Amino acid sequence: MNASTFLNIQGLSRRFSARSGVGEVSLAVGRGQFVVLLGPSGCGKSTTLRLIAGLETPDAGSIEIDGRDVTALPPSDRSLSMVFQSYALFPHLDVAENIVFGLKVRGVARAERRRRLDEALAVTGLEGLEDRKPAKLSGGQRQRVALARAIVAGHPLCLMDEPLSNLDAQLRHSVRQDIRALQKRLGMTVIYVTHDQTEAMSMADVVVLMRDGRIEQVASPADIYERPATTFAAGFIGSPPMAMLPADLLGAADLPGAGAAADLVFGIRGEDISLRRPGEGRLAARVLGQEFLGAETFVNLEVAGAARLTARVPGRVDTGQGEHVSLDWPREATHWFERASGRRFALPSSPIDPPRGSPAVVRPAKGY
Amino acid sequence: MTHMVKQERRRAALYGWMLLSPALVLFTTFVFAPTVATLWQSLFSAGTRRRPPAFVGLDNYADLIADPVFWRVVGNNLLYTGIAVPASIALALGMALWANARIPARAFVRVAYFTPAMLPMIAAANLWLFFYTPGFGPLAALGLGSVNWLGQPETALWAVTVVAVWKEAGFFMVFYLAALQTIPPDLREAAQIEGAGRWTYTRRVVLPLLMPTTLFVLVNALINSVRLIDQLFILTKGGPDNASKLILYWMWELAFSYFDAPRAAAMTVLVLMVLCLVAVVQFTLIDRRAHYR
Ligand SMILES: Nc1ncnc2c1ncn2[C@@H]1O[C@H](COP(=O)(O)OP(=O)(O)OP(=O)(O)O)[C@@H](O)[C@H]1O
Ligand SMILES: [Mg+2]
Repeated sequence: MNASTFLNIQGLSRRFSARSGVGEVSLAVGRGQFVVLLGPSGCGKSTTLRLIAGLETPDAGSIEIDGRDVTALPPSDRSLSMVFQSYALFPHLDVAENIVFGLKVRGVARAERRRRLDEALAVTGLEGLEDRKPAKLSGGQRQRVALARAIVAGHPLCLMDEPLSNLDAQLRHSVRQDIRALQKRLGMTVIYVTHDQTEAMSMADVVVLMRDGRIEQVASPADIYERPATTFAAGFIGSPPMAMLPADLLGAADLPGAGAAADLVFGIRGEDISLRRPGEGRLAARVLGQEFLGAETFVNLEVAGAARLTARVPGRVDTGQGEHVSLDWPREATHWFERASGRRFALPSSPIDPPRGSPAVVRPAKGY
Repeated sequence: MTHMVKQERRRAALYGWMLLSPALVLFTTFVFAPTVATLWQSLFSAGTRRRPPAFVGLDNYADLIADPVFWRVVGNNLLYTGIAVPASIALALGMALWANARIPARAFVRVAYFTPAMLPMIAAANLWLFFYTPGFGPLAALGLGSVNWLGQPETALWAVTVVAVWKEAGFFMVFYLAALQTIPPDLREAAQIEGAGRWTYTRRVVLPLLMPTTLFVLVNALINSVRLIDQLFILTKGGPDNASKLILYWMWELAFSYFDAPRAAAMTVLVLMVLCLVAVVQFTLIDRRAHYR
């Protein structure tokens, strides 16, 4: 355990049934980090967050916040705040009353309450809306009220469950930056749940990728993109998703030295692929179609054995449908995985694949 | 052009009246006409075979007000309303909060609470007649056997009130239960994280959110406290010595026991006016207080 570990989760489990819930989640989060729980729907992100909040009781495991074991404490004693997906604003209270609800309940003096309210209003840009009821606010304003309520108490840990999913795309983009800036300024530790990988990649210090109630990989956004630990991580993150191809499609020269081709699969990021004339690249393919997106073009390709993948080519390309091409990519851009386990296959002496520690625990790194 | 617009508008108006007419006919036949007839009748004296009814102005009203029984009955009803309404609402709220919590056999508890509301008032009254029987009912088993609850002026009105509360609370509980289920569970969790205990959450969040329901229930409870008095027929017949007589029961007596139709009509008009007033006040209140969603 690191000295600046702020939130430490050990072997946390909560099973609703054999196939749902979360199991054996271990995670260490550094003080002031922005950690994003990412994963497909139903993978247990919300459950994990609710376990940390104390809204669910774990079957096993422990939660430590700031060196204090809070596993058995009620939510109110864990000194954390939470932003709900629905915002959970009290409809009968106006904005100011909503924000100071917790302070009032905890018996903070009126003058102090006023001061903190003004501060929270200023930080979230809600001045002038104090007297409105939530029903008379726009979605973005409600979101900010929820945010203000979460920061007004000054708790060091803030949990957010898909706080932006009710906003339109444009607003989401700007609020994303606002939240990140606010988190940095206040030095809060944030655990943020989303199923939107763009949100995760753009906001996170650390991405925790979950699948079926377990942690798949914990890494920085760059790491998880450049070195996905499993085929699932490789396929989930990145657009277009990385396709897995059997290793025996490649010539012997391209195979990693140690492994047998039958045991391996490989993937290539779309942007690493370049299209060559037939015979000039590593892999023969046929063009199925293309989508022109302005700055780049997605070329849908089919290789031997009816496997499909998508290349991401800058600008415009003029390949006709059904045309035969050859794909090429830098050798080190090949991601190798074991076919059976789906784990990343570490190249014995590759400079880009240094040995790594336990995948589930991330030390707060310098510079985040 | 304008001609067509006019014709179109006339057609719309015609449709409007056609849609309105069934309700209008029914209301006129069974509500407005009898109301006007009653008002009319209350201004005439009772006719006999020799003497046809004569216009007497407000004499019937003056008679009523001069009658000590009138004041007794009004006083009784005020007390009855003043106790039964808040008591049944409070009980309904308490039961709803309890039946909405995570308790074992929740469905059973809900049904059990709702049972009195399903019973006809006459059946409920018969049940309570048994409870109240001196030296015999379950109350006797509690050591209160010697009290003749229904037979003495001091307790008769209270006994009747208890039956009304018991009967009404389960019914109002259903409205509260429905309202409680519309409160998103997120609010409870948000309050929990903000440090609110169960009681604070109930007082600061649940009760304010139930306000519209409370007002609705209040209107119904007030009207029922005048309207729903069937238990008197079984339990006390208004006695002893008018101690448990309520307005509607007295009206029925005036009309069908004493055959004093004009006075019964005058009484009806008075009650109608008071109820209208209550409804108007409450609905303005509801409009003002309940629109925060
Ligand atoms: N209270 C509950 N009772 C039973 N099963 C539950 C409960 N809460 C969650 N689950 C199950 O646990 C699994 C994980 O749910 P969870 O809400 O954590 O998913 P999630 O990752 O937040 O998904 P989403 O992105 O759709 O919100 C799901 O299969 C869900 O059906
Ligand atoms: Mg969720």
